[in-house]
Parts: sequence; structure tokens; C-alpha cells
Amino acid sequence: MSQNYKELATQGLWSNNPGLVQLLGLCPLLAVTNTVTNALGLGIATLLVLLGSNLVVSAIRNWVPREIRIPIFVLVIASFVTAVQLLMNAFTYELYLALGIFIPLIVTNCAIIGRAEAFASKNPMLPSAFDALMMGLGFAAVLLALGAMRELLGQGTLFDGADALLGSWAQALRVEVLALDHYFLLALLPPGAFIGMGLLIAGKNAIDQRKQRKQQVKTAITRARVTGTIV
Amino acid sequence: MKHPVTKNALLLALVAIICVSILTLLQQLTAPRIAEQRLANRLALLHDVLPAAAEQQLLDDCISITAPEWLGRTSPQSVFRWREQGVVSAFVVETTAPDGYSGNIDLMVAITPDGTVLAARTLAHQETPGLGDKIELRKSDWMHSFANQAVHEANVRSWAVRKDGGDFDQFTGATITPRAVVNAVKRAALFVQQHPELAEQPANCEAF
Repeated sequence: MSQNYKELATQGLWSNNPGLVQLLGLCPLLAVTNTVTNALGLGIATLLVLLGSNLVVSAIRNWVPREIRIPIFVLVIASFVTAVQLLMNAFTYELYLALGIFIPLIVTNCAIIGRAEAFASKNPMLPSAFDALMMGLGFAAVLLALGAMRELLGQGTLFDGADALLGSWAQALRVEVLALDHYFLLALLPPGAFIGMGLLIAGKNAIDQRKQRKQQVKTAITRARVTGTIV
Repeated sequence: MKHPVTKNALLLALVAIICVSILTLLQQLTAPRIAEQRLANRLALLHDVLPAAAEQQLLDDCISITAPEWLGRTSPQSVFRWREQGVVSAFVVETTAPDGYSGNIDLMVAITPDGTVLAARTLAHQETPGLGDKIELRKSDWMHSFANQAVHEANVRSWAVRKDGGDFDQFTGATITPRAVVNAVKRAALFVQQHPELAEQPANCEAF
């Protein structure tokens, strides 16, 4: 069982990462990652929606007929998004204003319906929740990496405006890494998001390939030793 | 024996009803808190542009005005009045620059009846991050350049960005945004100056 959970974790965080590998939910991913704060806000919102929808979809999976499962999943997801939107409007008003249109757009994040259909509708609640958590964290990690990259290059800071998300104490989180006279616009605008995303994917592939090569070398060595004992 | 399509339709309707009821409940629960947040946001801005005034009194003495040629919107906007000993000493006008680089820029401007701008703030905008968003106070103190600037017949021409021969700085790489904001603030000031009857109209805003 724990083997399964480990497998789910690596899938969500790395080998089947919704942002880097499945390339799902690109619209919000590229659009709001101009600062770490926005990325974190959207990451948490998406994680909550994913967790909620996976739990509910998994709980009702035995009562939902196959023919109408998609409309029901959509209803469940849309309800969760609306709930998150209402809660953010009530409790994190400034972040709600900053994320604006991208909260309702979580509905269209295919990663969520993708997990509902591919995993939660076939598995019990606990693994489904764990899967949602890992997929959500994987997605949030990509958002954060991209957000940090763009904010750093674009305006030379990290966690600018974090107080809108985490309360006034978070003003202390703001780090001015480079003092830039002029903003590096490309990083802040959508083309910069595409380029940054491309670099992240390339980086992940490079790491995977290196790992593979090492493994091949290792197996080669073991084989050599095996023949050695026979002789 | 029910037809499976009927059964599915009923089930779908049931799920929809459950979802809607949960959301209605949640909306009822969060509505007061959301209204509170909006009000707090507004009060903070009012306090920011007109620190001398008591915000609640400002909110109570408010008129709703539709003046697209002055305030840039075809929908009603609020004009708050601050009275000292019964005489209006300042207006806080919600105005819109309709010609921003990407759409409307909503502003709040405190103006004395004779047309002196006390302070101006940006309420909402979609200007380019890093270029046009210097109209936000947390990015740049450019909005402070409106403090205590008077508009009158003689100096209307200096109410423009430097590129257009005026007194206000533009931003490097962005002229459209500051031009739109300067014009909107100027129009609001002229509006107040040329409409002394604003002080007399009965308060008619919906409760905030």
C-alpha cells in the first residue's frame, strides 16, 4: 500500500506532473505567474479545488452512471470553484482582486477534470485525496518556479505583494534581490511565460535523461559482473 | 420500469439541485463578509485621498452622477462630499479614464470646490505590469504628483504629460497610461469647478 502512495507522489510531483508533463491548465499557469505571490495564490486555490473535487467524485463514483459522469464531474468542479471564489472574495479580498478572472478559469483547468476522470472515479477516497494533493502540489510547484523566475528577472524581487495573500506580516517576506532601474518586460509579459515554461520543461527532460543514462551504465556494470562470476 | 434516459436526467437534476443549494448557502454565509471587505477597501481609499474627513460621514453624504463626458463612464459614479460647518470643503469623485492602454482606469480623486486636486488614487486598472502600473502607489509615487495641483483656465495646457507640453512626467516606455490618467483627473477637477450645484443635490447613493 505504501508503495502505491509513493508511486502516486512521484507521479504527481515529477513523472506525470500536470504542469510539466501533462501540460494541463496552461492558461492560468502562464497568465498569473508574473509574481510568486500570484502563483502561490492560484496554486493554493487550484489545490483546494482539486482536493475537493477528487474527494467528492470518488465518494459518489459508485452511484454515477457512466453516460452522465462527465456532466456530473463538471457540476461538482464548478461548485467547488465557485465556493473557493466566494471564500477568497470574503477572506483574501486583495488577492481576489489580483487573481481576478483566473479564479473562475480554474473550472477550465483540464488537470482537475483529468484527475476526476482518470483517477478519482476509479479509486477509493483516501488514495484519491492523496492523488489530488500530490497533483496539486506538483502544479503549484511549477507555478511557483515559473513565478519566481519571472518576478526575479522582471522586477528583481521575490514575494512582492505577499501581504495581500498572507496578511501584513508577510511584507517582511519581500526580498529585493536585484535593484533594477528598468523592468525586464519580456519576463513579465506572456511571451516570457512561454519561454520560461519551455526552459522548465527542457530542464526536467535533461534531468530525466541524465538519470536514465546513469541507470543504463549501472545495469551495464552489473551485467559485466554477472558474467564475471560465471567465468 | 423507467427509461434509463429519464433516470439519468433525474439524477443529473438532483446533483444540480444539491450543488446549487450548497452554493446558495455559502453565498448567504459569505455575503456580509464580502460587503464588509468592499466597504473597508473603499473606506481605506477615502481615508487615503482625504485624511481630514470622517469616512462614515463621507459615505452618507454621497450623490450618484452619470456624466460620461466628464467622468468617462456611462454608468452612475459616486461623488462624496465633505462638509465643514455645512459648507462643502472637498469632493471625492470616482472617475474613469476610458482611454487607458488596456481599457478603463478607475480613479478616485479628492478635489476642492474651486478645482484644486488634493489627492488622486487608482482604484482598478489592467495596464501592463512593469510599464503602465506605475499608477499604483505601491509601485511608484507618481500619483503623488497630483497633490495640491489646481486647474484653472490659465493652466489647462500644463495639465498634460511632458511629451504633450505639460507638467506631468510620463513613464519610460509608457505615455498612453499617464496621459489618460492626467486627462481624467483634469476632467474631474474641471467638472467639480464648473458644477457648483453638486454641493446642493440631495444625497442619493445606495447604502454601502
